[in-house]
Amino acid sequence: MSSTHIDLEAAVKHARKQLDEHTYNIVQRHFHESTGCPFWLGRKAELNFNPLTEIKGYEDLKKFPLFEDDWLRGGPVERWRMKDHADRPTYVFETGGTTGIPKSRVVVDDFRTDYELFSETLPDEYFPRGGNWLMLGPSGPRRLRLAVEHLAQFRGGICFCIDLDPRWVVKLIKKGWMEHLEEYKKHCIDQAITILTANHSIKCMFGTPKLIESLCLGLEDRGTTLAETGITGIFSGGTEFTPQWTRYCVEELFGGPPEESGIYMTPTYGNTLMGLACSKPVTAADKYKISYYAPQPRAVTEVVSFEDHNSVVGFGETGRVKLTTLTPEFFVPGFLERDEGEREMPFETYPWDGVSGVRPFHEIAASTTVGVY
Amino acid sequence: MLEIPVIRWGKPYESLENTEVVHFNTGEAIARVSSANGGLVSRDMRKASDARKILKQFSIEDLIAKVAHAADLFEQETLPLGSGTQTPDEFVVHQSASTGLPEHMCRSNMQKNCFVMRNMTEILQCLTRGLDLDILSRGYGMESRGVVVSYQAQSPVLGAVLPSNSPGVHTLWLPVVPLQMGLVLKPGSSEPWTVYRVASAFEKSGIPPEVISLYPGGHDVGSALLTSCQRSMIFGSQKTIDQYAGNPKVQVHGPGFSKIFLGDDCVDDWEKYLDVMVESVYINGGRSCINCSGIFASRHTKEIADAIAQRLGPVNALPPDDPDAGLAAFTTDGVGKAILSMVEQDLKADGVTDCTAQYGDRLVELERCSYIRPIVAHATNPQCEIVSKEFMFPFVTVVECPQAKMIQSSGYSLVGTAITEDQEWIDELTDATSIDRLNIGPIPTNRLNWLQPHEGNLIDFLFRSRAYQMPAEKLAELTV
Repeated sequence: MSSTHIDLEAAVKHARKQLDEHTYNIVQRHFHESTGCPFWLGRKAELNFNPLTEIKGYEDLKKFPLFEDDWLRGGPVERWRMKDHADRPTYVFETGGTTGIPKSRVVVDDFRTDYELFSETLPDEYFPRGGNWLMLGPSGPRRLRLAVEHLAQFRGGICFCIDLDPRWVVKLIKKGWMEHLEEYKKHCIDQAITILTANHSIKCMFGTPKLIESLCLGLEDRGTTLAETGITGIFSGGTEFTPQWTRYCVEELFGGPPEESGIYMTPTYGNTLMGLACSKPVTAADKYKISYYAPQPRAVTEVVSFEDHNSVVGFGETGRVKLTTLTPEFFVPGFLERDEGEREMPFETYPWDGVSGVRPFHEIAASTTVGVY
Repeated sequence: MLEIPVIRWGKPYESLENTEVVHFNTGEAIARVSSANGGLVSRDMRKASDARKILKQFSIEDLIAKVAHAADLFEQETLPLGSGTQTPDEFVVHQSASTGLPEHMCRSNMQKNCFVMRNMTEILQCLTRGLDLDILSRGYGMESRGVVVSYQAQSPVLGAVLPSNSPGVHTLWLPVVPLQMGLVLKPGSSEPWTVYRVASAFEKSGIPPEVISLYPGGHDVGSALLTSCQRSMIFGSQKTIDQYAGNPKVQVHGPGFSKIFLGDDCVDDWEKYLDVMVESVYINGGRSCINCSGIFASRHTKEIADAIAQRLGPVNALPPDDPDAGLAAFTTDGVGKAILSMVEQDLKADGVTDCTAQYGDRLVELERCSYIRPIVAHATNPQCEIVSKEFMFPFVTVVECPQAKMIQSSGYSLVGTAITEDQEWIDELTDATSIDRLNIGPIPTNRLNWLQPHEGNLIDFLFRSRAYQMPAEKLAELTV
């Protein structure tokens, strides 16, 4: 057995120990009368176990029923606010919302913490400290909007944003107004290009795959390139982030890998419930495979059997993505994402399970509108 | 197993994503096809104008000759296909294996494509109504009657999002290369065969490969193609038609709702036309938009429906290599059953009779596929829901309807065959905008004369007729 293997094994064990301790502390906090939020304190009475005494580690979370995201719809949102956060400035972030009442998540510090941790994974060479950012993503009541701005500020930069209403985009798709959709996309790209060509010294950006692609093509139409605008670092996200798209983007839109084009892109996977999972570096040698690792112990992703959601599949096998969020202000004990993928091995940087090949869960894929902006 | 790449302006591109084309009966993988992504299409289309520039180096006459030669190659030669080669017989077997169409129907579709490629001069004569083809090439010219005309190409390429289940549609895009425009095709997931074989035959006949792009892939590829090509066609359902209605860049080909109308002057002799009706319903496994799905008559409708049922009701599913096979398989799990349940729902309505009920179960379920045996329905009036339906198997509703109300109540028909000699009614049918191709007399709906334009004239779609004025001395040069 090589020393590397022993080191990894030790790191995996250590990470697991940390996760168990963290789980215990978080559950104590969420179910203690002095700190917990009204929602979980109310649920406590319905459980057939006592979380305060019976949840000692991560495995014990299986005692909870699966989290239902419908619980997040409607008010009062104060039911999600931790008792000891009652006097803290509070944000509410929404997901979806094209029809019906959107899901809401109440946040005090989480988005800042998540993105500060994420910041540590970004290479300074391509995401220079002090560099300004472009947020080429959704505006409105989105966590992502403020999170990217905070990331920019945390790294010493200023964030420029565009107006983009994803709910209108979904409506355009549902109505089949594809010409309007194209025009709206152009409208967004026009805003981005205006910012990028106005001497704001923007070095970094967030963008979704569709918008990055449109931006690159829009810049080409104007006789320039993304590299010429000064962008060197991009973080992106979404289930459309496939190996083939990444290859196309790197080879054809950027003009080569970072060492040739000067542009580094890192995919992420996440949502309002979890925060964001980072990717193992994506390389041509690895056929642009994208493997995500959650920011443990604050969030955990597992790949579970389609039939038994408490049973993790073998490495390399396919299953549904299950998410657990364990932050001091939000507790989600097992939520089945609308995605599936393959379970990935731990490695030195992230000594815990990852997930690759993330795509919409095959049973609901046909009815889901993904990657709308 | 054959590895089939994406083709980007003639150059093979192996994607990191691919799909397997499998034999519907055995589950055996026949080919692994690279999947493009929408971005590749959008980006490649920035060079679309090169395709026309390249093709304009050849005369239309020369291209017509090359396409005719390509027909021989398509029909007779072993041609390169991805990582391997394909003989004509293998083409037939492959196409049948992935689409569920019996082999003899695939062979017949192959002949249809060859006919169009070999008779391109006549087809273009028909599509252009006799225009000097140099006028299309140059963009302007003088007609023999001494009038200057101009036809401006509206796109350097034609894009097409092709279906999986109907290999007969390829004849529609075959005239494009002789018109000096490139081809940008997204083949159906089960039917990559024709487009790759035609592209291979074209290349071997001397047509530069750089004028053709083939993008197998998902919905994003189709959307990107329709968005980035100035002119494209798509084949799909009524929903697809509705989605692109009014979009001048997209020509939509959907259900045909083709019909036979029996005039009051001929309907008493209906037995004379039984063969025409049966052929129109049954040919090509009932899969084409030109198959008849509605027969309208003012009387004898029950007898007509029973007589057709007597001929088609006993038809059963046969193996794809059986020369007598008349039904095509549904190769996607559960589709046959789902379609039949939709038909059964309509058959329950008041005024509707299932005339094939006495000929046994309609659904034939095998391990990996299913078939629906022919269904002949009778409806007492055109308001019955089933009258507006068309399905991908031999299916027809015989409807009782007064002649005076037939045009108004029959809705759209890609092909309308009117069996009548009543000139007043013929005039009304000729004026009916709801009928695209009109046959007067006992002509089966499926017997298309390829020298007639099909569902939207390709020339009208690809070129714009416009004013073009020149000084007299320039005009004189044109007449030389």
